Amino acid sequence: MKLTVWTYEGPPHVGAMRVATAMRGLHYVLHAPQGDTYADLLFTMIERRDHRPPVSYTTFEGRDLGADTAGIFRDTCRAAYDRFLPQAMIVGASCTAELIQDDPGGLAETMGLPIPVIPLELPSYQRKENFGTDETFFQIVKALAKPMPRSAEVSVNLLGPLALGFRHRDDIEEIKHLLAQMGIAVNVVAPFGATPEDIARLGAAHANILMYPEHAEAAARHLERVCGQPYTKTVPIGVGATHDFVNELAQICGIEPKIDTARLRQPWWSKSVDSTYLTGKRVFLFGDATHVQAAARIARDEMGFEVVGLGCYNREFARPIRALAKEFGLEALISDDYLAVEQAIEEAAPEMILGTQMERHIGKRLGIPCAVISAPVHVQDFPARYSPQMGWEGANVIFDTWIHPLVMGLEEHLLTMFREDFEFHDDAGASHHGGKAVAPSAPAPEVQERGLETGSDVMVWLACAEKELKKIPFFVRGKAKRNTEKFAAERGVTEISVDTLYEAKAHYAR
Amino acid sequence: MNTPAPIRAQSCANAPVLKERGQREVFCGLTGIIWLHRKMQDAFFLVVGSRTCAHLLQSAAGVMIFAEPRFGTAILEETDLAGMADANEELDREVARLLARRPDIKQLFLVGSCPSEVIKLDLARAAERLTVQHAPHVRVLNYSGSGIETTFTQGEDACLAAMVPVLRNSTARELVLVGALPDVVEDQAISLLRAMGIGPIRVLPSARAENAPEIGEHTVFACFQPFLGETTAALERRGAQRIRAPFPFGEEGTTLWLRAIADEFGVDDATFARVTDAPRARARKAIENASTALHGKSVFFMPDSQLEIPLARFLTRECGMEAIEIGAPYIHRDLVGPDLDMIPEGPQISEGQDVDLQLDRVRAARPDLTVCGLGLANPLEAEGLSTKWAIELVFTPVHFYEQAGDLAGLFSRPLRRRAILEQGAAR
Ligand code: SF4
Ligand code: SF4
Repeated sequence: MKLTVWTYEGPPHVGAMRVATAMRGLHYVLHAPQGDTYADLLFTMIERRDHRPPVSYTTFEGRDLGADTAGIFRDTCRAAYDRFLPQAMIVGASCTAELIQDDPGGLAETMGLPIPVIPLELPSYQRKENFGTDETFFQIVKALAKPMPRSAEVSVNLLGPLALGFRHRDDIEEIKHLLAQMGIAVNVVAPFGATPEDIARLGAAHANILMYPEHAEAAARHLERVCGQPYTKTVPIGVGATHDFVNELAQICGIEPKIDTARLRQPWWSKSVDSTYLTGKRVFLFGDATHVQAAARIARDEMGFEVVGLGCYNREFARPIRALAKEFGLEALISDDYLAVEQAIEEAAPEMILGTQMERHIGKRLGIPCAVISAPVHVQDFPARYSPQMGWEGANVIFDTWIHPLVMGLEEHLLTMFREDFEFHDDAGASHHGGKAVAPSAPAPEVQERGLETGSDVMVWLACAEKELKKIPFFVRGKAKRNTEKFAAERGVTEISVDTLYEAKAHYAR
Repeated sequence: MNTPAPIRAQSCANAPVLKERGQREVFCGLTGIIWLHRKMQDAFFLVVGSRTCAHLLQSAAGVMIFAEPRFGTAILEETDLAGMADANEELDREVARLLARRPDIKQLFLVGSCPSEVIKLDLARAAERLTVQHAPHVRVLNYSGSGIETTFTQGEDACLAAMVPVLRNSTARELVLVGALPDVVEDQAISLLRAMGIGPIRVLPSARAENAPEIGEHTVFACFQPFLGETTAALERRGAQRIRAPFPFGEEGTTLWLRAIADEFGVDDATFARVTDAPRARARKAIENASTALHGKSVFFMPDSQLEIPLARFLTRECGMEAIEIGAPYIHRDLVGPDLDMIPEGPQISEGQDVDLQLDRVRAARPDLTVCGLGLANPLEAEGLSTKWAIELVFTPVHFYEQAGDLAGLFSRPLRRRAILEQGAAR
């Protein structure tokens, strides 16, 4: 038993719903109590979908438990088939139905429906949403896709985009642009927009593009084994990764890489002098493994940030994330406990968080700006405009998104110069975030009796040093405080004076 | 007093009820925690359930609106399912840890879920055991919010009903108002009644455990909400007397609700008029302003919060709407009878749900406004039907005079918006 308040991932059957809802011509019969129908609103409200998810719930009640819940399941299956006439069906249990052990797969099989019925085993008490997406898509592919002759022209499948994904809709378009430049055709995109008949055609492609390992790695591996299709390992998020992706794909397909970066603005935007202020910004990365991995590379190599912490919530990818963290000289945080994430962020005292909607709230609490890079998503993560993460346009979008929460170049200097100014004061935040500007708060009593809290019981900030620290603009104060304490600790200094502060500043100057 | 005399023959009182049992598209009772924990400021709601339950709470609340919520889910894991003894020990440990971290908590609700009920985890026993362990500082109670036993607002009912047996005894003649309403509305109700000389007045649930009402044979109570059937029964078992009235939605409902209480306490007509005349006039004016877009329009209620019948009464009688179907997850005749009596005959009354069949009826009738859950709203809008999300009706202050205009506004806004956008597109 584990006490949980906010979760990064829902139960695995929600993952199955994300696959089913992304597809067409597929229906999901879910053995579940009525309250589990809440999951529909994730799709209709957060993603603004204009159709109900293709899910029929059995909504059995307490009084049915001793009686015939299996009968209710059969009736629901039959009614769903008659009404929706899907090309294929997936069937399974939610956490409650798992306990009553009706075996939806077995029941559906005996019904003799004239379509493929694919049973799902999603252990609700062990696994989570991303397992549900990957496993469901794998089972569908395993059941429907068979080896077949390759298409005459070079073609690929796009695997992984689904419902409630972070910018999946637009990433598909961006990948299609890249492929068009190389003269590679798209055979099938799945699950997004695919029908079961499309899944049956997967084998015609020459290779697979694994867009999101979280959702389609098992399927890609299966297709490699059964249909002999190689798949791409690079996720094209960021300029460097997109170049690598194009090269990898060209090699897989045996063609020349072709790259047209006419629309790519990110590198110049990053080089131009206004971006100098981004140098060495300390960032903390948290999200799903795929997006964190991509973000780490962009942050260090393309934005010139310093990555001071990173991790992911999906344990399935703990290995690669640990390896990545090591490369950055860090210890990875693998956790789905948002309190642990909050604590790690607080300790790292970054100048910016690149995270999920959960970290956005943590950032709000700690007063640290945050940009969202990964699911779990919120209604804001489904903008009306074209806003991919992948490919060249994705790189442009990411540049804009990441600098938006920050104080801009010249403004940073103004803040330093006029730190007591009525408009550029600490509490105002970045000037382009109108809503955040507030009147300067009354000067707090400057001298605290026991000095500033340092998180250590032996180190104390003298009043004068603390006062000096407050003169440092808010967006670098966290760094200054941390560096000073580190500097003091390394030298066994227990009282931080103004001198300690400036010695540390000189020490860390760059 | 111009109490409209219900003419039974022409009302919905005896209308046949269409009972359906198929797929339901409704929340479970856990959802009530979202507003209950705001109301009871020293209570913590600990759901003993699955990741699904935690995810429901998070989704229903909108992602993380509250930084430091007083609710959480003890998620059952594979090991808990293996042996009962373990689950109880684990629960005790989680509760001890929680209470140590939150010394502000005075009441702890163990909330049962489908998984905890299917594995027959005895939360009543657990609550007794934990009450002893954490006495006198914390009282531990339990109720079911599970989807196999409760629908949406029944969770609040189950919670309040669980509190009744432990309320202290009283011999005083006191008025208790029952239901968790936003403070602003609760205060309005109390001040109106006080102005008529009625008192003392207590509220269940109170914001803090120490102010909980006392109950006895001389207690009279009135419900704010139509879904409090179990709570009503529990109070009646303690000897308290219920005041029967339509529910306080709109000017008419509010007046009749207040009048019934006033009658019970022997308030004369002059006093009643002095207290209510001005707010009644304000409410009428506000409804008039907010309901122009509703006149002559049709409305279809999908079952959701059990507020459907009183709201249909308000919309048909005060806003000039015509009801096509009034669906409720559960019809508690004893409570909603007075409202049902007042709805002119015509609409189909339905109880329970078979969502696909019901949507067929919506599509056939093409109502001007469909009141439904969040899962159905956008899909219906995409079919060209205007909708009102039912959940807003339990999340926003809509009871009593000063909110009557807002209540009409909640229904008219979708219609006004559609009209504005259609006009704009035609320009
Ligand atoms: S219906 Fe049951 S399992 Fe589902 S969220 Fe509600 S209590 Fe939990
Ligand atoms: S406005 Fe900018 S800083 Fe604020 S929450 Fe949005 S992205 Fe983050």
